[in-house]
Formats: sequence, structure tokens, C-alpha cells
Amino acid sequence: MATEVIASVEESRQTYLNNGHTVKSWLLTLDHKRIGLLYLFSISAFFLIGGIYAALIRLELLTPKGDLLTADTYNRVFTMHGVIMIFFFLIPSIPAVLGNFLLPIMLGAKDVAFPKLNLLSWYIFMIGGALMLYTLISGGIDTGWTFYPPYSSIYSNSEVTIAGVSIFITGFSSILTGLNFMVTIHTMRAPGLTWFRLPLFVWAHYATSLIQILGTPVIAITILALALERSFQIGIFDPKLGGDPVLFQHLFWFYSHPAVYIMILPSMGVVSEIIANMTRKRVFGYHFVAFSSLAIAVFGFLVWGHHMFTSSQSMYAGLVFSIISYAVAIPSAIKTFNWTATIYKGSVSFDTPMIYALAFLGLFTVGGMTGLFLAALGLDVHLHDTYFVVAHFHYVMVGGAIIGYLGGLHYWWPKMTGKMYPEILGRVSAIIIFIGFNFTFFPQFILGYLGMPRRYYAYVPEFQVLHVLSSAGALVLGVGFLMPLFYLAWSIKYGKPAPNNPWTAVGLEWQTSSPPPTENFTYDPVVKTEAYEFEHVEEIRQAGKAASAQPA
Amino acid sequence: MIADGGWGSNGSALHGFDTCQIPGEDFTVAESHASEYGLAHHFSSMEQQREAGTIGMWIFLLTELMFFGGMFLVYAIFRATYPSGFEQGSHLLSVPLGGLNTVVLIVSSVTMAMAVYSSQVGDRRKLVGYLGVTLVLGLAFLVVKYFEYREKFEHHLFPAMGFYAPEPSHLAVQYHQPVRVFLWIYFAMTGLHALHMIIGAGMLLVLIWMAHKGRFTKSYNSPVEICGLYWHFVDIVWIFLFPLLYLTGFHLTGH
Repeated sequence: MATEVIASVEESRQTYLNNGHTVKSWLLTLDHKRIGLLYLFSISAFFLIGGIYAALIRLELLTPKGDLLTADTYNRVFTMHGVIMIFFFLIPSIPAVLGNFLLPIMLGAKDVAFPKLNLLSWYIFMIGGALMLYTLISGGIDTGWTFYPPYSSIYSNSEVTIAGVSIFITGFSSILTGLNFMVTIHTMRAPGLTWFRLPLFVWAHYATSLIQILGTPVIAITILALALERSFQIGIFDPKLGGDPVLFQHLFWFYSHPAVYIMILPSMGVVSEIIANMTRKRVFGYHFVAFSSLAIAVFGFLVWGHHMFTSSQSMYAGLVFSIISYAVAIPSAIKTFNWTATIYKGSVSFDTPMIYALAFLGLFTVGGMTGLFLAALGLDVHLHDTYFVVAHFHYVMVGGAIIGYLGGLHYWWPKMTGKMYPEILGRVSAIIIFIGFNFTFFPQFILGYLGMPRRYYAYVPEFQVLHVLSSAGALVLGVGFLMPLFYLAWSIKYGKPAPNNPWTAVGLEWQTSSPPPTENFTYDPVVKTEAYEFEHVEEIRQAGKAASAQPA
Repeated sequence: MIADGGWGSNGSALHGFDTCQIPGEDFTVAESHASEYGLAHHFSSMEQQREAGTIGMWIFLLTELMFFGGMFLVYAIFRATYPSGFEQGSHLLSVPLGGLNTVVLIVSSVTMAMAVYSSQVGDRRKLVGYLGVTLVLGLAFLVVKYFEYREKFEHHLFPAMGFYAPEPSHLAVQYHQPVRVFLWIYFAMTGLHALHMIIGAGMLLVLIWMAHKGRFTKSYNSPVEICGLYWHFVDIVWIFLFPLLYLTGFHLTGH
């Protein structure tokens, strides 16, 4: 009976989705929720493109000889896979989609601090994306996503300059999003919402924003210098002209290592939310989890040299970078242990988001621990530029960042669309992704340890078994990734209407309707309790039913 | 977290309580804010809006600092690599012109501060005047910079491949390579700085137009203050660039 009432209310209620149906009302919207959805569509498109490149890589590597692609094409394929996945999917994924949608609601605000800047960020992202599509159509670039000179500045015959400009422009989208979030968190919190009452999702985004605003400008100036170097041979990175190619690596990794934390920190925020709400317990050691996000952001800036142990960096510098890299493991471990402690004796429900969160815990642990192998000065000489590195960062970026993103997308899907996704399909696809992922990337640890270098299109025949295993796993993983694409799209039209609080969760976003009205709340929220206060959870559930039965 | 009025079974009663504090429904709240001049719909008070704008600009300046910071790192590394090249390169720059520009920018910072003060006391005529003087000084800087750049181009000192050809009277042959790196850093840093000056000049034009139309009041003047922060930042960058680029030669040779 209750659902019928909801359905009839649904028709008349004003939400951010039915507030204007024209194309203009979407493309010129200042509503953070609509901008979040614009990002969702754009990055999903880039994820598909990046996924096609991944499929080509795995197909090529089925056989030891280069049967499918030429060496040159293979270079372009893995470069475009990396560039598109990193700059156009992973970095914007959680902050720009879920962060945009949820941050103001979690703070009890009507919007982010600068709505116009927020829309501008999306347009900047799309301009950068259009240039990257141009690069793609013109054949792609072949430098590897790291753009190391002098290859990228002198020898490469691909559109490196345009790709550089594209990344330069997209960087500003990231900077402005980070700036907007930071100001929003500082100034737009509802009355009573003190710093230590903030959901951990917000803390994670604060730390992410810090990296975005401090790191991204450095890659911007670096890429700009590289583009100038390539166009005018100004000689800053070219040793023939008195430049220093290792300087590029320093500047590049000064951003690109912290960029890894731009990808993983928001995912950690998502996992904190899911684990707390799906075990109905306050996150164990809330303050530690909050501060460990900041610690990761700060330490993250001091470890870039561990990418350069074999690049003529001084041994003493290497030693320091190695030690600090080990130090990053401490806040990461604090988080992992505290999440585990949260689950202990919790009232756990195994809905799709929780399956993703549990998958995250396992996969991130493997990814993080293998990071320690690579941070060890001696071992890294053996493992540098092998498939061990490839497996390691895919465990962090796919097993960490994307799994967290998908978990969050499922968790907040009812709030974003007002529709429930099919739960059975959700669980099945989550498990398929987990299995497919491990089959794809675990063999690569072994391959790398045995000496298979990354970025090669052909290999010795004895590696074939592991490569076939990896390619077969990629097929399973691909199916797992495509399933949510279809059933989530299906659920927008045919899904069951979502109640306001389907998970019996706490947090301001669950105290407004699904989907929320344009101004997020029909009242001015005031916060009186800590985050993840589950003492009143039954009361909330009853009240939620009663409230949704009344016209909002 | 539990918010007032969100979930309580007596939600409507709590909602009524809220509306006692802030009259009207949400859209009427927005209307009543509209009477408070210059307040955007998603802020609840002028104070919050001003705070957001100011923090936003400070954070933006932080990103600018990192943006220029990359270049300062490049400067530091190459200066350590080619000390004598930097000394020779520094002598190619005109200290009188650079010094003049330094004075021009410092004065423009003073007039910008006066403009911010005028906006706070609500003096429209003085505000337009000070903003105007600041703009003129900013443009004067760019004109001087133009003549400096032109002189470098005329002597083939722009460090692009195929164009760079210093005359032996200017520069001994053994310094060509390191000075090329120095000049590249010079053009990149001052060019970036000039770009920021141009953006600042554009901001000033808009501010002057808005001030002329009487858009700023005693209670609504944060755009002037925020643009002022940006202007001061760009000036401060120059305060670092001038000694690092122009005076290095004097420093290293002890003149």
C-alpha cells in the first residue's frame, strides 16, 4: 500500500529531474545534481572507449607474436587506454559524479559554493575531451601515458602536442572542481554540522580536493613546457640543447603520483559510507579514518621519486623516497583495519554496494601490499617496468577506484534516479567483476616477476599460458562491467520506485526525497548528532515510511 | 546525523517551526533574499557568500602558486646547473626597464588597495577613479614589457629553434647554449606573468563598468576585494621575478 501512495505522490512532486525537460535545461543547468549526471554520461562514454582499447590489448596478447596489431599500433593502443582511463575516467569518476551529486546534500546545502564554476568545469572537461577524441581519430599517440621526453618531444610521430593541450585543459576542470568542493566544505555546512560530524565521504573529498588544487597546476605547467619543447625545441628537456629529461620525470610524477590518490581517496570515502551503513555501525576510529585521508594526501606529495629508482636518481634520494613510500602504507592500513573492525559484530547486509565494498577491501589490500614491493629500492630494480607494476596499479585503480565507484553508484542510484536497480543482477555482476578482475590481473603479478616487461606487443612463448588466463579473465571482467551499464539504464525507466531511504541508512542525503528536489531539502537541515549515529535507526526507518506517505 | 524536520513523523509540525525562523517557503525565501542585494540563491547570508568568495580566491591563488612554482623549480635547477649562463643572460635584460615596471606594479598595488577601501566605504566616484588608475598602470606595465620583448626579437634572442642567433657582440659563443635555457625561462615566466596581467586588466575593465553602474554598495563589494587579491598576487610574482631574472648578474658578479 505504501508503494502505491509513493507512486501517486511521485507524479506530482517537483524533483530536480522533472524541473525542466528541455536540452537547454540540462546543458545550462547550475544544479550540482544535474551537472553530476552530465559527468556520469560523459565519463561513461570515455570508460567505454578506454575499455575498447583494453580489449584490443588483451586480444593482441593472446598470442606470443604480434598477430593482431603492429608494434606501432600497439603503442598507440596502450597509450590511449592509459590516457583516457586516467585523465578522462578515473580522475573525474567519483568526485565529479558522486561528489558533485552528494557533497552539497551531505552538507545540507542547496548547491556547491560556485554553481557557475561547476558548470564551467564540465564544459572545460568536454573541450579537453573533444581534443582527446580528435587525437584518437587522428590515430592516437604512442608515447605511453607518461609522455617521457625526449621520445615525446622529438621522435614521436603522433599528435602529442594536441594530446598535451587536451590534458592541460582537462586539468583545469579538475582544479576548479577541487576548489569548488573545498570552499563548499568550508563555508556551506548546515548549522550544527561541525568538522567531526562530517561523513567520511566528505573528509575523503576534502583530501582529494587538496591534491587536485596543489598537484594539478604542476602537471599543467609541465605539459605546457612539453608542448612548447615539441613545437619550438626550446631545449628544457632535451639534453642536446642543454636540457634535462629527468626533470620532466620529476615534474610529471610530482603530480601523477598524488593523482593516484585523487583516484583512490574518494573511493575510500565511498567505502566508508557503505560499510558504516550496511553494517549499521559507526565507523571504527572515525577520527583516524578522517585524518588518514589527509595524511595520505600529504604523504602522497612526498613519494614521487619511487617511480624513478632506475632513472639516474641519486641513491640517497631513492632511499628517502623509499622510506616515505613505506610511510604511506600506514594511513592506508589504518583505514583498512578500521573498516574491518567496523564490520566486526556489525549487522551486515550483503546488498550489492556491500559486495563491492568487501571486494574493495580485499583488492585494495593486495594492491597496496604489492606497492610496498615496488617501494623497496632493491626489489624495484627487478620489477621496474614489468607486468608486476601493471598488475599493482590495476589492483589499486580498478580493484580500488573503479570498484568503489561502482559500489557508490549502486548505493546512491536510488537517490540519484528515484529508481531501484535490480538487486539480483547487481549482486551477480559484482561477483562476476570480482572473479574476472582477479583472473585478469593476478597472473600479471607472476608474469612481471618472471620478467615480462610492460608495453611489449610480443613475448616469449612460455608466458602464453598466463597471458591467455589474463585475456580470458578480461572477457569475464568486460561482461561484468557491461551488465551494470544495461541494467542501470533499464532501471531508469522500468525500475521499482525507490523509497527515500532504501538502506535504512543515516546521513543527510537519506533524509530528503528520492530523487531530491532542486533545492535538495524542503526544509533547512540542522544537524544535532554525530555521523553514523545508528541508535535511532529504527525510529528513522519508521519515520521515513511515514514521511514518504505524506506529500513533501 | 539527524536533522530537524526531515524524518520526524510530525514532519509538518517541525517544518512549521522552521518557517517561523525563516519566513515563507523556499522560493519565497529566495525572493526575500533577492531584496538583499547581490545575494545568490544558494547562500543563506551575505557573510557566507563573502566568505566563500574570499576563500575561493585564496585557494585559487594557491593553485597559481603551484603553477608558477613548477617554473620556479625549473629556474632553480637550471640556475644551479648553469650559474655563469644565468649571469650572462641576466646582463641581456634591461634593469632600468625592469625596475620601472617594478615601481609601476607596486604603485598599482597601492591604488588597488585604495580601490578596495573606497568600495568598503561606498565611495563610488573614488572607486571608479582608483580602479581606472590601476588599469592604466597595468597597461603601462604591458607596454614596457612589449618594448622589452621587441628588443629581444630584434636581436634574435627569442630562444626558438632556427630563430635564436645572438650576435657575438652581445654574447660569447660558449654561452649560447646555457643562455638559451635562461632566455627560455625568462620568456616562459614573464610571458605567463604578462598573461595574468592581461586577465587582471580584463577583470578591472569589468569592475570599472560595474562600479560605474553603481553595482557595488557598502554591503556588497566582495568582487572588488576578490579581484584585488588576484591583482596583489600577480604583483608579488613580479617582485620575485625581477631580482631572479634581472638582478642575478649583479648578484653573481658582485657589482
